[in-house]
Amino acid sequence: MAASTQTAQQVQELADDKYKYGFVTDIESETAPKGLNEDTVRFISAKKNEPEWLLAWRLKAFRHWLTMAEPTWAKVGFPEIDYQDSYYYSAPKGSDDGPKSLEDIDPELLATYEKLGIPLREQEFLAGVAVDAVFDSVSVATTFKSKLEEVGVIFCPISEALEKCPDLVKKYLGTVVPYTDNKHATLNSAVFTDGSFVYIPPGVRCPMELSTYFRINAKNTGQFERTLIIADKESYVSYLEGCTAPMRDENQLHAAVVELVALDDAEIKYSTVQNWYPGDENGKGGIYNFVTKRGACRGRNSKISWTQVETGSAITWKYPSCILQGDNSVGEFYSIAITNNCQQADTGTKMIHLGRNTTSKIISKGISAGRANQTYRGLVRMSPKAEGARNFTQCDSLLIGNECGAHTVPYIESKNKTAIVEHEATTSTISEDQMFYLRQRGIPPEAAVALVVNGFCREVLQQLPMEFAVEAQKLVGISLEGSVG
Amino acid sequence: MSKKKAKKMLEIKNLHVSVDGTEILKGLDLSVNPGEMHAIMGPNGSGKSTLSHVIAGRDGYEITGGRIIFQGEDLTGMAPEVRAAKGIFLAFQYPVEIPGVANTTFLKEALNAIRRFKGEGELDAMQFVKMMRAKTKELGISDDMLKRAVNVGFSGGEKKRNEVLQMAVLNPTLAILDETDSGLDIDALKIVAEGVNKLRSPQRSMLIITHYQRLLDYIVPDKVHVLAHGKIQRTGGKELALELEEKGYAEFDEAAA
Ligand SMILES: Nc1ncnc2c1ncn2[C@@H]1O[C@H](COP(=O)(O)OP(=O)(O)OP(=O)(O)O)[C@@H](O)[C@H]1O
Ligand SMILES: [Mg+2]
Repeated sequence: MAASTQTAQQVQELADDKYKYGFVTDIESETAPKGLNEDTVRFISAKKNEPEWLLAWRLKAFRHWLTMAEPTWAKVGFPEIDYQDSYYYSAPKGSDDGPKSLEDIDPELLATYEKLGIPLREQEFLAGVAVDAVFDSVSVATTFKSKLEEVGVIFCPISEALEKCPDLVKKYLGTVVPYTDNKHATLNSAVFTDGSFVYIPPGVRCPMELSTYFRINAKNTGQFERTLIIADKESYVSYLEGCTAPMRDENQLHAAVVELVALDDAEIKYSTVQNWYPGDENGKGGIYNFVTKRGACRGRNSKISWTQVETGSAITWKYPSCILQGDNSVGEFYSIAITNNCQQADTGTKMIHLGRNTTSKIISKGISAGRANQTYRGLVRMSPKAEGARNFTQCDSLLIGNECGAHTVPYIESKNKTAIVEHEATTSTISEDQMFYLRQRGIPPEAAVALVVNGFCREVLQQLPMEFAVEAQKLVGISLEGSVG
Repeated sequence: MSKKKAKKMLEIKNLHVSVDGTEILKGLDLSVNPGEMHAIMGPNGSGKSTLSHVIAGRDGYEITGGRIIFQGEDLTGMAPEVRAAKGIFLAFQYPVEIPGVANTTFLKEALNAIRRFKGEGELDAMQFVKMMRAKTKELGISDDMLKRAVNVGFSGGEKKRNEVLQMAVLNPTLAILDETDSGLDIDALKIVAEGVNKLRSPQRSMLIITHYQRLLDYIVPDKVHVLAHGKIQRTGGKELALELEEKGYAEFDEAAA
C-alpha cells in the first residue's frame, strides 16, 4: 500500500544516522608491535610495571585462548577475525607514568574530550560526577580523586590500583569472570590494557556518580579494558560508562570485561551509554563490541542493577549478568538496544539465582530500523537452593520499517518448585496513525519517531542517573534520525 | 467585513479522492469564509473523515482530481506538519495512543515545533506550564491527565476533551472537529462546546463533523452540509440538521440511485 511504503521510506531517511563522534585525534602514540603472541602479552605487562602474578595470569589466559573456539551461538554474522592484523597496545606518547595532573595532559587530548562533551577540567564538568578517561589503551585523566579519597573511595585506573592496593585487585580480579570464561573474555584477560578500578569501603555511600569514558582513537587497535568494582558491606555506588570511536572503514575489536562484586547489603548501579561507531549505512566499518559483564551479589541483601543504552557498534555481543548468591539479593537488567542500517546486536542477560528469596527483573526494549537485526537472549536459572526466588522478564521490540528484524530467545531453567518465573514479550511498530497524529500537531517526522521511541524506552531511561538521562534521550533520537544534529 | 475583501479560508473544488483504487470523494466542493462555522453531516462511510484527513495531508490518499486551497495557497503536496504549522488543526475521530510519552511533553513538543516554524521563540518550561494551567482549568482537565501518556487508558470522553485542549493550545486558524461530540456525556458536551465557542473568532473557521444535531444546539453553525456518495448533496442552515434528524439520509440515496 502506498502509505506504508512512504512511511518506510521516510523512516529510512531518518534512520541514516550521522555519527558526530567520528573524528580522529592527531596525536603521536606509542604502540606494541602488530600481532598477538606471548611477547605482546609481556610487552603490555612490562609497560604497566605489573607484578609477577599478573603476568603469570595473563600468560595462562593467553595459552588457554589459543585452544578456544569463537562462540557461535549468537545470531550475528561477520568474517573471521584476523587477530594478527591488529595492535594490542596504543597509548598517547608520554603517558607512560600514568595519568598526571591536568596541566600535563596533551592539549589535543583535552580538546578531544571537550569535543565529545566530556570536559576534563573539573570546574567545567557536571558537579557531582567523577570521570576516568580512557584513551585507547591508557587512562589519561581521573577527576575528583582527592574528594573521593576523603571518604575512602578508591577510583583510579586499574593499572594504578595494582600499585596502590594490589591485594584488593588480586583478591577479586577474575573471580566473577574467570579467565577461561569465553574466547573474548579470555583474550581480554591476556591483553587487557586499562580500565577503571573502584572500591567502596564498608558503610560508604559514594558521594558522586563515578564515570568512565572510553575512546578508541588509534587505527587497527583493539580496546581491551577491564573494569573491577567492589562494593563492600552496606555501601552504594552508581557508575556510568560511555564510549565512542572515530569513523573508520575497517572493523575494530572491543573486547572488554567488567566484574562487579557486591558484599552484604551493598548496592551497585552500573549504567552504560554505548555509542561506538556503528559503521556506515552499508555496513562498512564499525566496532565489534564483544563484552563480558557480570556482577556477583555475594552478600545477603545485596543488589546489582545494570542499565544499558546500546546505540552504537557494528556488532554488539553482550550479556550483563547477575549471579545472585547471597540470600535476598536482587539483580536487575534494564536495556535499550537500538540497531539501524546494518547493525547487529545479540544482547540480553543472565540471572543466575543461587540464594534463597533472590529476585531479578529484566526489562528489555529493542528497537530495530533499516536492515538491522537484533536478538534478545536471556537466561533465567533457578538453582535447587533458590527457595522462593522470583524473576520477572519483559521484552518489548519495536520495528521501524519492514526490512529489519527482532528476535526474542528466553531460556528458563528452573530446578526449584517454589521459584516463580514470569515472562512477557511484545512486538510493535510505529503505526501510520501515530505518525500522522504527531505530524498533524506540527511535529516533523524525525522528531515524531524520536518521541515515539523515547516513549517506548521510558521505563529504562528512567533508570539512568539524571545527569545522563537527557543525554541518552537525545542519543536515542539521534541514532534514528540523521537530520537532527 | 472590512473594505478589503478577505481571502477565503478554505476552498475545495471538484475534489476526487481514492483509497486503494476505490473512489471515495467524487467531486466535492466546499467553500468556507474566515470566521465561519460549518457543520458536515452524512451517513457512516460517506467520506467525512476521509475529507478531514485529506485536508490535513495524510499519506495514503490518492487525489485524482480537484484542488484544496487554504488561505489562497494550494495545499497539494504539502507535508502534514507544514499544514499544521500554517494553522490547520484536526481533532481526531479516534485519537491515537502514544505509550510512554507524557501528554505535556507531547503538547510542548507540538507547540514549540509550530512556534519554531513560524520563527517565534520556543516557550520555556515555566511559560508553558503557566499557559497550560489556564487552558486545562477552562476545559476541566486534571493535572493527572497531563502527566499520563498521550491518550493511553483515557476514556472516550477524556480523549475528546484532550483533543479540544490541544486545539486550545495550538490555536489554529482552521479547526476540523471530527465527531468530537461522539461519546461525550451531557456535561462534557457542554464543556467541549464552551471550549469551541471560546475559540470562535472572525479570523478562525471551523468544520464540525457530527452525527447529532444536539451539538449544534450549543455550537450554532453558519451552514450545514450533507455529505453523501462522495459529494456535498445539500447545504442549508441549522434547520437542515433538524430535518436530517427526523428523516435520515434516505432521500440522498434516491438522489444517487
Ligand atoms: N485505508 C482505507 N482502506 C480502504 N477503505 C477505506 C480506507 N479509509 C477509508 N476507507 C473507506 O472509505 C469510506 C469512507 O470512510 P470515512 O472514514 O471517511 O467515513 P465517515 O464518513 O467518516 O464515516 P463515519 O461516520 O462512520 O465516521 C468507507 O467506506 C471506508 O471503509
Ligand atoms: Mg468518520
